[in-house]
Amino acid sequence: MKLPIYLDYSATTPIDPRVVEAMMPYLTEKFGNPASRSHQYGWDAEAAVENARNEVAALVNADPKEIVWTSGATEANNLAIKGAANFYQGKGKHLITLKTEHKAVLDTMRELERQGFEVTYLDVLPNGLVDMAALEAALRPDTILVSIMAVNNEIGVVQPITEIGELLRSKGILFHVDAAQATGKIDIDLSKLKVDLMSFSAHKTYGPKGIGALYVRRKPRVRLEAQMHGGGHERGMRSGTLPTFMIVGMGEAFRLARLEMHEENKRIQALRDRLLKGLFDMPEIYVNGDLAHRIPHNLNVSFAYVEGESLIMAVRDIAVSSGSACTSASLEPSYVLRALGLTDELAHSSIRFSIGRFTTEEEIDYTVDLLHKQIGRLREMSPLWEMVQEGIDLNTVQWAAH
Amino acid sequence: MSTLYFDHNATTPLDPFVLEAMLPYMGANFANASATYTAGREARRAVEQAREQVAAAIDADPTEVIFTASGSEANNLLVRGYADAWLAEAGKPAGVACTSIEHPCVAEPVRALGRAGWAVSELAVNESGVAEKAGVSALPEQTRLLSVMSANNETGVLQPVAQLAGQYKADRDPACCFHTDAVQAFGKHPLSFRQLNAAGVDALTLSAHKIGGPKGAAVLVRDRQLPLMPLVYGGGQEQGLRSGTENVAAIVGFGVACARAATHLEARIAQARILQQHLESWLKSRGAVVFSHTAARLSNTTFAAFPGVDGETLVSLLDRQGIAISSGVACGSGKDGVSAVLLAMGVDPLLAKGAIRISLGMMPYGVSTIEDVDRLLGQLDKVLSQLQRFAAVA
Repeated sequence: MKLPIYLDYSATTPIDPRVVEAMMPYLTEKFGNPASRSHQYGWDAEAAVENARNEVAALVNADPKEIVWTSGATEANNLAIKGAANFYQGKGKHLITLKTEHKAVLDTMRELERQGFEVTYLDVLPNGLVDMAALEAALRPDTILVSIMAVNNEIGVVQPITEIGELLRSKGILFHVDAAQATGKIDIDLSKLKVDLMSFSAHKTYGPKGIGALYVRRKPRVRLEAQMHGGGHERGMRSGTLPTFMIVGMGEAFRLARLEMHEENKRIQALRDRLLKGLFDMPEIYVNGDLAHRIPHNLNVSFAYVEGESLIMAVRDIAVSSGSACTSASLEPSYVLRALGLTDELAHSSIRFSIGRFTTEEEIDYTVDLLHKQIGRLREMSPLWEMVQEGIDLNTVQWAAH
Repeated sequence: MSTLYFDHNATTPLDPFVLEAMLPYMGANFANASATYTAGREARRAVEQAREQVAAAIDADPTEVIFTASGSEANNLLVRGYADAWLAEAGKPAGVACTSIEHPCVAEPVRALGRAGWAVSELAVNESGVAEKAGVSALPEQTRLLSVMSANNETGVLQPVAQLAGQYKADRDPACCFHTDAVQAFGKHPLSFRQLNAAGVDALTLSAHKIGGPKGAAVLVRDRQLPLMPLVYGGGQEQGLRSGTENVAAIVGFGVACARAATHLEARIAQARILQQHLESWLKSRGAVVFSHTAARLSNTTFAAFPGVDGETLVSLLDRQGIAISSGVACGSGKDGVSAVLLAMGVDPLLAKGAIRISLGMMPYGVSTIEDVDRLLGQLDKVLSQLQRFAAVA
């Protein structure tokens, strides 16, 4: 077994070797620009791009004409939210999202606020799920778009996209779903879901980094204002030379996901349950986010009475993400965990385990052993833990100011 | 029969040295560059090394380099990002300009600003396709942003960017912005951001796939004093100017491609120049008009027309003979199949319809040889004779 053990599949996945193999011809002899209309190199590249578009559409049961290539889910989220807001601003200037969305949605919303839009950031329930009553209450006549992710990147909870879609469609409000963490993990059928815009990423589903897509519904038709202008690629919605090899990689990755996800998810569920069972014979451990409405790949756990930074140092044999912001080395507590009501201390001493295609039982067992050993050691050093063991209720303690 | 590729201005074959450098990041080193564990830090190190390689090749500071997913995106980031920053400060739109021969990925975002209330001006070019200082002085005083491409993708004409930038800054508030899309010039012509910046250029755009690097990586190189707002919001990567998980493999590839493109530049230019002269004297001997032949041009680019011969027809007949060339830009700026660049130069539309672009390989990998050019000329000869016989019968 190779150390460190990779349990950060929600941050990025390795490219499946079969995907790399599919990409290789487009990194060597088939190097044409898919926009070149005058020779075989261009036509070969264009055919490969369209084949990949079919595969991406097939995974989510969409029409290939509804798929627009982007450089990733971040750009797709930007295009969906700003593109729709800019286009439909005559209808209204109010948007709604959740406090636990990815930064690519939240920061885009902040930018729209700067441009004069109004945004409601809804609290979530303590289990991380959307509060449907609060959502319904927040809808206004001038609400043009709601953006809610299918699967949360930190806690893995699956939002009720079907119900939200029904509610919003009945009110004529556009629904954008960030599905970066969902493809290959939950079934998505866009012929049934009342979703208007959906963002995808390749590198969370065993494809390459640098490529993603936006689903833009055709019936009823959704219009967007392009955010990148130029040669008019992607029917004018997104200009820029298409990176053929990455697109081919995304197509192959999504094809494999479609064929294998159901078997794979059973195996991953078993591994996750094994991890959960292995960790939970320790006391004072909490799962963050609803366990039932959750992808099988994710386990986000808080270890009470353990100091955050020491915890990360102590588990260096496993590559995981901590309850701190993933985009900076600063130890800001995760805003997602804070939104669930966790204290800063508990958020800091949290770990996101995300399991994937190449995780083995042996690796899970090693992880369980490692955490038993290290949590035990860290708690032995903790005066707080000692007090709890002596039966002192920490909430009643009067701490001296310092 | 293998195909001979003469469309290097559209895209170049990936240099095998570049591919070799990329492969580990498509395999074992797959971590997210924002992750704090060892593998993530290694990915971060690779991204930063690539940034240094790009900076070294263009003579800039690594902190001036912002990675994007395409040259189009970098150009949109500059145009839209500068305009948004101006709006945030001044509260109302001003003027924006670009040449009449810009690539659509500059011209279209400029037009989009026009729809948002900006006053759009066009900097005309002369009959050789060159923009002149007098034209810059004639731009409205309120023009806050001017973009002039370093080399045109169709004609290969090199613009006097430093002089134009100097004139632009001399005429107005020097805090205004001058940008150059250097995607076609980079790796084919000496460029120094340090020198251009001293002359008044605030930002330039480079793309990987035009110099033997992968598609999907490009940069905006900009003076850090330049006010700029992001185009893509999110995790705050690239100094907050371009969010999104770093495309480590493509970025690494771009870095290596830059290191390769910086080598033996003068020799590669001289070699391509010999082929270009050989090619063009043959074309002229067969009655072709070579556009912009008196202007300073890239040594790999020839844009020409045979009067009375349709360009598209010529291109498709050559394709059947295993020769890949282009009738103009890959991502059609043309109107009704006629090059907008040639129309802007005042070329007769009938002649312009005959335009074909031959762009030779002059990167360290995929370099065109004299044998390649002779094979092209042999096929061209055959095709032209066919067409003439056909015309005679008709």
